[in-house]
Amino acid sequence: MKNAQLHFRQPLQTTPFHAHTSAANKLNAWAPWAGYTTALNFGDETMEYTALRNQAGLYDLSPMVKYEISGPDAVRYLSRLTLRDVAKLAPGHVHYTAWCDDEGKLIDDGTLFHLPDGRFRLCCQERHLPWLMDSAIGFDVRVRDESEAVAALSLQGPCAYAVLARAGFADAKSLKPFQLAEYRLGKSGKVMISRTGFTADLGYELWTSPDKALELWDVLMEKGALHGLRPIGTTALNMARIEAGFMIANMDFVSATTALRPDRTRSPFDMALDWMIDFNKGPFNGRAALKREREAASTQWAFVGLDIDGNVEAEHALVYDNKKHEVGHITAALWSPTTKRNIALAMLRRPYHAEKSGNLWVEIYALRELEYHKLMVKAAVVPRQFFNPARRRATPPGMM
Amino acid sequence: MSRYDAIVAGGGHNGLVTACYLARAGLKTLVVEKNDWVGGAAVSRSLHPGFTYSNCSYVSSLLRPEIMRELELPKHGLQILPYEGGAVFMKGGGYLAMYRDHEANRREFARFSPRDAESYDRYSRDVLRHCRFIRPLLLRTPPDPTSFRPRDLSELAFLGRKLFAMPEKDIYAMIRFWTMSISDFLDEYFETPVIKAYLAVSAIIGTALGPMSPGSAYVLLHHYMGDVDGNIGAWGFARGGMGSITQALMASFKAAGGEVRTGSGIEKILVRNGRTTGVALANGDEFTAPLVISNMDVKRTFLKHVEERDLPPAFVKSVKRFKIRGSSGKVNIALDALPRFPALPDDSPCIRGDMHFTDSIERLELAYDDWKAGHFSRDPFLDMMIPTTTDPTMTPPGKHFMSCFVQYAPPKIEGRDWTDADRDAFGQTVLNQIEEYSPGFKKLVLHAEVRTPRELEAEVGLTEGNIFQGELTFDQLLFNRPVPGYAQYRSPIEGLWMCGSSTHPGGGVMGAPGRNAAAEILRSLKKPAAMGEAYAVL
Ligand SMILES: Cc1cc2nc3c(=O)[nH]c(=O)nc-3n(C[C@H](O)[C@H](O)[C@H](O)COP(=O)(O)OP(=O)(O)OC[C@H]3O[C@@H](n4cnc5c(N)ncnc54)[C@H](O)[C@@H]3O)c2cc1C
Repeated sequence: MKNAQLHFRQPLQTTPFHAHTSAANKLNAWAPWAGYTTALNFGDETMEYTALRNQAGLYDLSPMVKYEISGPDAVRYLSRLTLRDVAKLAPGHVHYTAWCDDEGKLIDDGTLFHLPDGRFRLCCQERHLPWLMDSAIGFDVRVRDESEAVAALSLQGPCAYAVLARAGFADAKSLKPFQLAEYRLGKSGKVMISRTGFTADLGYELWTSPDKALELWDVLMEKGALHGLRPIGTTALNMARIEAGFMIANMDFVSATTALRPDRTRSPFDMALDWMIDFNKGPFNGRAALKREREAASTQWAFVGLDIDGNVEAEHALVYDNKKHEVGHITAALWSPTTKRNIALAMLRRPYHAEKSGNLWVEIYALRELEYHKLMVKAAVVPRQFFNPARRRATPPGMM
Repeated sequence: MSRYDAIVAGGGHNGLVTACYLARAGLKTLVVEKNDWVGGAAVSRSLHPGFTYSNCSYVSSLLRPEIMRELELPKHGLQILPYEGGAVFMKGGGYLAMYRDHEANRREFARFSPRDAESYDRYSRDVLRHCRFIRPLLLRTPPDPTSFRPRDLSELAFLGRKLFAMPEKDIYAMIRFWTMSISDFLDEYFETPVIKAYLAVSAIIGTALGPMSPGSAYVLLHHYMGDVDGNIGAWGFARGGMGSITQALMASFKAAGGEVRTGSGIEKILVRNGRTTGVALANGDEFTAPLVISNMDVKRTFLKHVEERDLPPAFVKSVKRFKIRGSSGKVNIALDALPRFPALPDDSPCIRGDMHFTDSIERLELAYDDWKAGHFSRDPFLDMMIPTTTDPTMTPPGKHFMSCFVQYAPPKIEGRDWTDADRDAFGQTVLNQIEEYSPGFKKLVLHAEVRTPRELEAEVGLTEGNIFQGELTFDQLLFNRPVPGYAQYRSPIEGLWMCGSSTHPGGGVMGAPGRNAAAEILRSLKKPAAMGEAYAVL
């Protein structure tokens, strides 16, 4: 009992891979994520990013918040909770989803896994147990936080399948994007592999129990060496996710459960997630408000990709119409090494995302040797998927 | 007989704040304090050689940063130290810890309930949302809703705009929050008794309400709306004890040319033809001034030091009805060494924070039941702190000052006055409770100052020992504080003003009543006030 109370000595927990990640972390560069110590980068972040886009990278995904949902009403419950129709999600499949409060404002987005044994796993950025439990009232389901009970790795990059095959998971060849299956690990272990990821490239996520974590890391790193596999930190992964155009709660939008200021919440329409909304599946959280928003066409914001002139990154910049009138702000920005474009994710007031998007400018304060250059640079609204190669979808997957 | 432009009656922190602003605006200002020292309930005194106590108030959060900056209190010696940690010791040997680190705290709550651990974030957000509404009102004079003066109208409009800028559901939530009990409010978020007990405390401190009394939730807000360097809801110590705040104010006042007289109180506020003309002291001295600003509570000011016949009867009746029931006591202890609490690991930061022994709302409510029956709680609630774990200036190294705020203690024992024997029994109840969780504690006690509402009233002049100069219930807030029609620091007597915690926005070492009063007075004199805008809530 007493030991359980000593967390003040080590406020951040370590993941099941810590013994290995800490040995590999040459720079001792760590950052907190969801209560865990996680590697920002292990060595040179440019090399890590390059491995991710050229060979393969291995990322410790364990801090991701994970809820297990089971019971006879699980499907009905999840359809009520989230925007999509979960009846259409067969066992062995994953879908990207999001959920709202009763006002139709986004709480979080995440991936929903329908495991082979019928249980579900919901993975997301923030913690939502009270909301998930309140939403379960009237349903015969069990909701459990399994974040600590599952160790996870993300294996991403063009050589990701080659690494898997060499590490003994050649059967994963048949997995199409958003499919999953269970495989044997060593003599007694099990690992679930899903063809999912946060990089818009060929990639897999591997899920196992914490006691098998180091064994899984070892086999991947050992067999992957031939394919240039290296551990990557959050910095490199974040570069890839911006190129992929993916959003993160509380970075690109403020979750309705944390927003202090009433005007900070965003609807799925604002965030371009309205394609997920299934108005025909029956009642779900936020439905009435979302229906009103659609009918009144009252959406105020648009989450878009921007292609910005020049090569100076526009992190946290304001966006103007005609260089004068403020119409939005940038939530993430990057000079994209792979696409050779100066890209950004941005939140724009409508209709500056479309009809009136012809005269957009971004104000950048570029710090060069302790002095700021103030730039006003032209920007164009473009699709958010800046990087979207065919190898991402190819089944069977390529080997390089 | 000396003449002044303004006389402040009482040297509590609010009186000193008002005095500072008046002196800085060029008024010849005198502060008259009945005790031999200034400070009122924000005071540090040495009652045992080598030890300094925070005799009444003991932690700081509410003191407005605008005031600290404008009156240059840091230059005059004030330093506020944030502290960490906190714990509730439970019957049976366990404890709930509070940590500044968000993750450590989440995991601590999760030991009791994973759901409560996550609910805490939502709870904090909701309380913060309510604070964001209230905070901009602190440094503003409440509007008079019955007046049609342009300023009242524009202030009413300010309130209205703030209210209607909120989504409809937030308005409902706020009105519920302002009127409900803290127990009901916490039930909406939490299931663990000890977590609820810890969080309920801020709602009953200094209040003659139990955690199940409607209206107690608002009091919680009153304790959350301060900050330490922008960290909203955080509390800290004043280095050298709470008296450092009033010492810095006095130094600032004197630097602006102000005069302070201590050692003899005001007997009478002089009134001629409906106007004040000055004050007469208990020692016979008289001072004249066209302005007298009372730092005393509204009951003491008008029922003890002004002739009732000089006041409109309706006003006298409202003042008599003003609720000011005392509910708290204080035990200040000099310790030979740091006490050990076997439940806590030796390196736990909890010892540097606030420690409680009341592990359920029900126990807290039972403690209140004793108060209702006219007795001090047999199983009292203690807010226990050891400031010397952070502050090196109050005791010799290795020795400690322990501050115990105690509830509940009624103004009278079963209708009669407290006796010394009652007081000692009250003190023993407190020491016994600590000893239960820290065996050997009593042997460390070198000296103890036990203060019941009787002592608080006698020393600080807090009527019935109420620490906030009047209860902070919704019926006594905003334009109804202290009484309807007189929320703008004025009184029915021309030239007689109020600046103490009886006025908006109420008690605590906040300084806002004192600053608002000075602003109103200077406005009435058409003098520019050396005051900036209140800091915006972004
Ligand atoms: C035990 C206790 C614990 C508290 N704990 C905290 C805390 O931790 N944090 C916090 O923020 N607040 C706390 N408070 C509340 C806070 O201390 C008070 O609300 C605040 O200090 C009141 O300040 P004031 O200037 O309005 O009035 P007071 O401090 O009451 O000042 C009134 C002054 O007038 C003087 N006076 C009275 N009669 C006369 C007279 N006839 N002639 C001349 N002078 C007179 C008094 O001596 C006193 O100095 C506590 C209060 C008490 C009593």
